[in-house]
Amino acid sequence: MTARRAVRILKRIALYLAALAFTVFAVFPFYWMFLTTFKQNKDLYVGGTDLSHIPWIFNLRPTLEHVNLLFQQTLYLTWVRNTVLIGAAVVVITIVLAVPAGYSLARLSGRWGERLGIGIFLTYLVPPTLLFIPFSRVIAVFGLQNSVWALILVYPTFTVPFCTWLMMGFFRSIPRDIEEQAMIDGYSRLAVIRKVVLPLAVSGILTAVIFAFTQVMQDFVYALTFISSLDKMTVSLGVPVALVRGDVFYWGSLMAACLFTSIPIAVVYNLFIDRFIAGLTAGALKG
Amino acid sequence: MALPRETQPGLAPVVLTMRRRTLADKEALLGRLMLAPALLYVIALVGVPFGLAVLLSFSSATSGSLDFSWVGLRNYATIIVDPQFQHALWNTLRFAIISQFLVIVLALTAAQVLDAAFAGKRVVRFLLLMPWAAPVALAAIGWTWIFDSTFSVINWTLRYFHLTKTWYYWFGDPTLAMVAIIIVHVWRMFPFATVITLAGMTSIPHEISEAAVVDGASFSRRFFQINLPLLTPIITVAVLFGVVFTSTDLGVVYLLTRGGPYNSTHVLASLAFQRGILGANLGQGAAVALFLLPVLVVVAILMLRTARRAEVGA
Repeated sequence: MTARRAVRILKRIALYLAALAFTVFAVFPFYWMFLTTFKQNKDLYVGGTDLSHIPWIFNLRPTLEHVNLLFQQTLYLTWVRNTVLIGAAVVVITIVLAVPAGYSLARLSGRWGERLGIGIFLTYLVPPTLLFIPFSRVIAVFGLQNSVWALILVYPTFTVPFCTWLMMGFFRSIPRDIEEQAMIDGYSRLAVIRKVVLPLAVSGILTAVIFAFTQVMQDFVYALTFISSLDKMTVSLGVPVALVRGDVFYWGSLMAACLFTSIPIAVVYNLFIDRFIAGLTAGALKG
Repeated sequence: MALPRETQPGLAPVVLTMRRRTLADKEALLGRLMLAPALLYVIALVGVPFGLAVLLSFSSATSGSLDFSWVGLRNYATIIVDPQFQHALWNTLRFAIISQFLVIVLALTAAQVLDAAFAGKRVVRFLLLMPWAAPVALAAIGWTWIFDSTFSVINWTLRYFHLTKTWYYWFGDPTLAMVAIIIVHVWRMFPFATVITLAGMTSIPHEISEAAVVDGASFSRRFFQINLPLLTPIITVAVLFGVVFTSTDLGVVYLLTRGGPYNSTHVLASLAFQRGILGANLGQGAAVALFLLPVLVVVAILMLRTARRAEVGA
């Protein structure tokens, strides 16, 4: 009995060690961002060859110097504002296009609805890498170079296909009976959608909103291709590309920007991750 | 959730017969109208640009002028014999295959861990997902600092524990630069593959593995002969998405190495950007990027097959 118990305890320890190892691997870059953000320069720029100075801890008192620099002397807040505005516009476009389309594919399109749905989903696999070159031509023709409108026009190319797919799955999960009952009671299909389906779909729509917004934050390629003025950049472009003066990297402020942007996005994304995954794996998990 | 408004039972049939059927009831038409905006948008902004990419690759278009002259296969002929392109193509495949292999190994292990019950599991899950949730450009610049030539904390730690005596210039040496890029891809993609695998695991009925335990199957037997085969479709999905995300990525390579040192770490995406946007040769850039197409087509076909097989198996 004691031997079996020892084995069980060992297994437990192995489990915790494995969990710890994975967590450390996943999180240490963020911890490093955190340290860099709040370290004094004297503590930060010591050089990796000095083994007596341990870089993993605060050797001197933490400082807000880099954070102040970031907020007061850089365009970080402008980039945040740009990102939020672009994100909001893209979310609105995405929802307006994807919610009706999702419902149509789920309920009103009959047999070819499924195929068309898969077709739309597959366009999600067409990456920005393939499209940024033709888009640079299209954007030039419309005279939208270096304009946030270029991004607002282009970002829905990756949010609409996935969100349509997501909404289609969501509408399918609403029992048909509820809608049919309401129609027997005299509602038209449109009234059913407005008064019965949409209130039931609020959480699905919220998922699509979060997905669209986080995807906007993820983009680097399109912003890099279309935007050249510092004051029109998004966070994902401005921080890595423009937060450098001459050849000097202000690592403290740079990491502060990474940290302050990543953490809220990661928290919000995490709340919805299971729904995103359910959307991505809808086919393979049906069995 | 309750219905927002109580329906009126007695009156309903009367209303139904009396009300004229309007557009709101013509379901097929309504369906088309609701689908049309999204469909048109996708056709106009994914389909048309995609066609334009193909056209551009057969032209000598530059970003400076709007003229467009057909040069046939010249762009393709030029790049195919270009060693830099060959290297980029090879890198794209290599990065995707190596990183996805590592991702699967890590994700299967991590999913096993997260499938077990232990204190703090929710916190661990949240932290594990951070690399995937954080904006990729910001994560990449974080790693640039971690691999810094003077202040690299990785070098410090390796030397502190006497694992090495040399100082690694991560972005100064072609091999190390590739290792760095693969590390970042693995770090970013394994959380995603883990959650997908985990979703697959929870969908396997517990009775199966309980029955195997009762029959005396060992852990490795249960894992390799029961769980792994059942997980194959879901792992396929994770790998396919992983291949798409890593092989088409521009941000990580661009921010870590810009294709350097000596253009040794270029991938198709970064080379297309360099030729097409920075070098203003849109035609050649488009041709380079289009070499991603076979990968994507294969992925799409495999994805559809996996989905269909799962449906048939159900």
